[in-house]
Amino acid sequence: MEFLRPATWDEALAAKAEYPTALPISGGTDVMVEMNFDVHRPSAILDLNRITELTEWSNDGSVVRLGASVPYTRIIEELSGPLPGLALAAHTVGSPQIRNRGGVGGNLGGASPAGDAHPALLAAGRDVFVEAASVRGTRMIPIDEFYVGVKRNSLAADELIRAVHIPVADGPQQFSKIGTRNAMVIAVCAFGFALHPKNGTVGTGIGSAAPTPRRAVEAEEYLRDVLAERGLWESGDLLGAEVVQRFGELVKAAASPIDDVRGTAEYRRHSLAVMARRTLTWCWNDYSKQIRSAA
Amino acid sequence: MTTRTIQGQKNLQNINQASKDGIGGSPLRPDGNLKVKGEFAYSSDLWHEDMLWGMALRSPHPRANILSVDISEALKVPGVYAVLTHEDIPGAKYYGLEIQDQPALAIDKIRYHGEAIALVAADHPETARRAVKKIAVEYEVLTPIVTEEQCLDPETHGYVHEPHEYKSHAYGNVCHEQRLVSGLGVTDEVRALADVIVSGDYEVGMQDQAFLGPESGLAVPAEDGGIDLYIATQWLHVDREQMAPVLDLPEEKVRLTLAGVGGAFGGREDISMQIHACLLAQHTGKPVKIVYSRDESFYGHVHRHPARMHYEHGATRDGKLVFADCRIVLDGGAYASASPAVVGNAASLGHGPYVIPNVKMHAIALYSNNPSCGAMRGFGAVQAAFGYESQMDKLAAELGMDPVELRQLNAMSEGDFMPTGQQIDSPAPVAELLRRVKDMPLPPPLDTEHLDVRQLPGALSNTSHGEGIVRGVGYSVGIKNVGFSEGFDDYSTARVRLEVIGGEPVAMVHTAMAEVGQGGVTVHAQIARTELGVEQVTIHPANTEVGSAGSTSASRQTYMTGGAVKLAAEAVRRELIEKGRRRYGWTHQDITLAGGKVVSESAGVLVSMVDLLGDEAVDLTREHHHRPTQAFDKETGQGFGHVQYTFCANRAVVDVDVELGLVKVVELTAVQDVGKALNPLSVVGQIQGGCTQALGLAVMEEIIVRDGKVRNASFTDYLIPTILDTPPIPVEILELPDPHAPYGLRGVGEAPTVSATPSIVAAIRNATGLALNRIPVRPEHLTTEQPG
Repeated sequence: MEFLRPATWDEALAAKAEYPTALPISGGTDVMVEMNFDVHRPSAILDLNRITELTEWSNDGSVVRLGASVPYTRIIEELSGPLPGLALAAHTVGSPQIRNRGGVGGNLGGASPAGDAHPALLAAGRDVFVEAASVRGTRMIPIDEFYVGVKRNSLAADELIRAVHIPVADGPQQFSKIGTRNAMVIAVCAFGFALHPKNGTVGTGIGSAAPTPRRAVEAEEYLRDVLAERGLWESGDLLGAEVVQRFGELVKAAASPIDDVRGTAEYRRHSLAVMARRTLTWCWNDYSKQIRSAA
Repeated sequence: MTTRTIQGQKNLQNINQASKDGIGGSPLRPDGNLKVKGEFAYSSDLWHEDMLWGMALRSPHPRANILSVDISEALKVPGVYAVLTHEDIPGAKYYGLEIQDQPALAIDKIRYHGEAIALVAADHPETARRAVKKIAVEYEVLTPIVTEEQCLDPETHGYVHEPHEYKSHAYGNVCHEQRLVSGLGVTDEVRALADVIVSGDYEVGMQDQAFLGPESGLAVPAEDGGIDLYIATQWLHVDREQMAPVLDLPEEKVRLTLAGVGGAFGGREDISMQIHACLLAQHTGKPVKIVYSRDESFYGHVHRHPARMHYEHGATRDGKLVFADCRIVLDGGAYASASPAVVGNAASLGHGPYVIPNVKMHAIALYSNNPSCGAMRGFGAVQAAFGYESQMDKLAAELGMDPVELRQLNAMSEGDFMPTGQQIDSPAPVAELLRRVKDMPLPPPLDTEHLDVRQLPGALSNTSHGEGIVRGVGYSVGIKNVGFSEGFDDYSTARVRLEVIGGEPVAMVHTAMAEVGQGGVTVHAQIARTELGVEQVTIHPANTEVGSAGSTSASRQTYMTGGAVKLAAEAVRRELIEKGRRRYGWTHQDITLAGGKVVSESAGVLVSMVDLLGDEAVDLTREHHHRPTQAFDKETGQGFGHVQYTFCANRAVVDVDVELGLVKVVELTAVQDVGKALNPLSVVGQIQGGCTQALGLAVMEEIIVRDGKVRNASFTDYLIPTILDTPPIPVEILELPDPHAPYGLRGVGEAPTVSATPSIVAAIRNATGLALNRIPVRPEHLTTEQPG
């Protein structure tokens, strides 16, 4: 097994071009576990830990550019203001040790449907982009085009994830995850939700209940239309039980879960509906408060 | 030699003050800080110059015929020193704890998923791994025999072991069986005596011991043709007894030394890599280390028997139990392991700590192609307690009685008889434990004004901000035996040496007791301090140079090996005092040892131990045997079968998110009679640990097996409680001495594991109104099950 330790980003891209099957590693919280369990033995490992820019983030006021290796602990501590949904998701990742090492780049690289960051990234809107680079250049992959199959993403063999671009939250965001214990647990299923008052949309993200992380498109459209038609963005009035219920049903319908050792398909659907109702209610209550205190 | 008698030189009051680190004190354990700081040397840290790494090839199928094994490609891998199959075994090919039915390496047949077929020794673990992959095995894959129905119909589904190979009383895929009848049994006439009858079917999933230190050890070939094995185990001598015939060595040439043990809970009672490492070391002439990976660990040790149980209880209108009719089916998996003892416990303890005039019980363990099951904390009693305690709640509901009062009304106490006919001849304060646990203050209700999600079901997964949360409270009590039963003489040996080192009297305690985290070494030092009046005690490494200490299981080590240390220390004390009498001509009848001195109650200090001992040592070995027990009659289950009984009562308070089926145990209270707490801090720790393991069984811990295959052999998917799942566990200890036991003590470690699980399930039932007849309770059970 080759072990590659590039010192710079350009060297990393050159190495990836030369060894397209090389597996990038940063925190190692996923890669090393899979190697220990002998799930796969890559021909080469590309260690990105010397490239410090990957652990940096910047915020231009409208978009956060999050380095692929910024650990979850720092997302919680430094970015819960601009990225509240992702910060809530980060809270649910593994243990403190895992959160100190792991970052969103690894979640995206692994592209597991159970990755905790995915529902939050999807809910953050359609203007979330994965910055993928190769010796051929850089491209911005929209999050909706990133997940293509079970543990498969749309990266080319010579590409590396450099950063993720996430719009700064313009409304309340929430994240809920089901696990059969109260910490350190892979999601049985998860749900991310965000209100985007600036463009009058809402965002959703479903985790662990389909072959890929996915958006509940019909639920988003239904809620967007209800909020617009009833003037709720302006009034901040109560949504009403019927809207909340319907939203939950549409989220549930968007999932296509399976039975596995972590839970049943039926339970996943059921709990997604509950989480959808609750996260919507929490976000809307927060939004209402903001509207009313501003009024 | 001086003949001076030293009288009254020091204040006797001070000298007689017992050491604060003697029995009843709570000196800290020697391994605690090291473990917390990551500095403790576990068996997986062992290293030897020139050592090789051993690894096993394991079957991906639960049931198959092996048509051929081709090791030629594996042998060609550079760095490989040996590849062995069963054909290379020099001695006996089968071993086992009680029944020698397990091949050291598979012979022609695979009986469970993960069974070892061949071994590799190589210069590096990666080399070994690659070589293992190059062993070519041709299988004829067979349909596994996995359900109770399949096992009990061998004509249709086949035999796990051919009947002509049975080495015990097995028949038709039944590995072991115990029936019990007491009073009039359960007949139509008896049933007619009951005003109310409740029945239920209960199921217990396959729990794992889930110790964190994987199976590991180092085998070093010796110049005398023997072998030295450094090993994490629960019982050095029974390992040796099983290993020596396979290695074709006399027992004295198989020398075991205990290495650092990272948890056990029964999972190290069986052989894992011991024989494999020694076979490779014998074959290569080099030291061989084996360390299991985490997934291999799940295949490499036995688990808790899953159980299916049918219970029927009859009572009078005023709540007096009339009869209990029970059938317990335990899945023992591929090999016998401890199944006979598990069946014995289930049958003899399966009615709970209650006086029931008429009992009928039938308990069996099956042979199947599921993973082998054997010893785990509280075995036999844990499964049954979920059954009988669920029944008590059901009966109370049927009678409209308070569930605690119903239990108290039927609680056994000293002088009562077990359904086995054995009279309880030491305190059995079952009703008192229940009274105390009920009287403990309840935790405050959920503070909905200042919610902290960490305190809610789901915690930081952020599933509820108070929605759907319902609180429930449940009670339970359980019974467990202490020590090995049914006529087994599981004696313990201890050697105690007293000598002067650096101008101070120092006691050394040498036993073969496996310290697996229970705190035995701390207690041994406490006993030596108390009995010998010294402060300095060293603990000799545990090894087979001294006689057997029996197993670190069955809540027995403080009782048995602690008892042996007490006997040996008392013998050393007598010897030392005799020495003084001979030298100084003392005639006092009140001589004892205290504060490093020989003292007389009436005359004060007689001599310092330093002066009395001089350059000599007193070094004595003693065996401790518990009072004899009897086998249970096969048909009636009658017999003086158990050494001692232990009882614990629990109260669980839970918050359940009834919409999502998530559970947070808010508090788990325990009250237990321990006879005498030799180390109160350790006793509380044991009870809290036992409760936590019981919590795991109640709400999350299960090895999921489908068609004989293990589906979650990892800590990613086999979940054990984290600190956020573990509630405050207030513990109240009673000390009612057992006149038959050393210091009056009662084994501690298992009773809370038996009793706590049903209290948690009862609390969840209380919150949800669901029947919940299966553990662990999973979220989908709480959201899709119908109210019971």
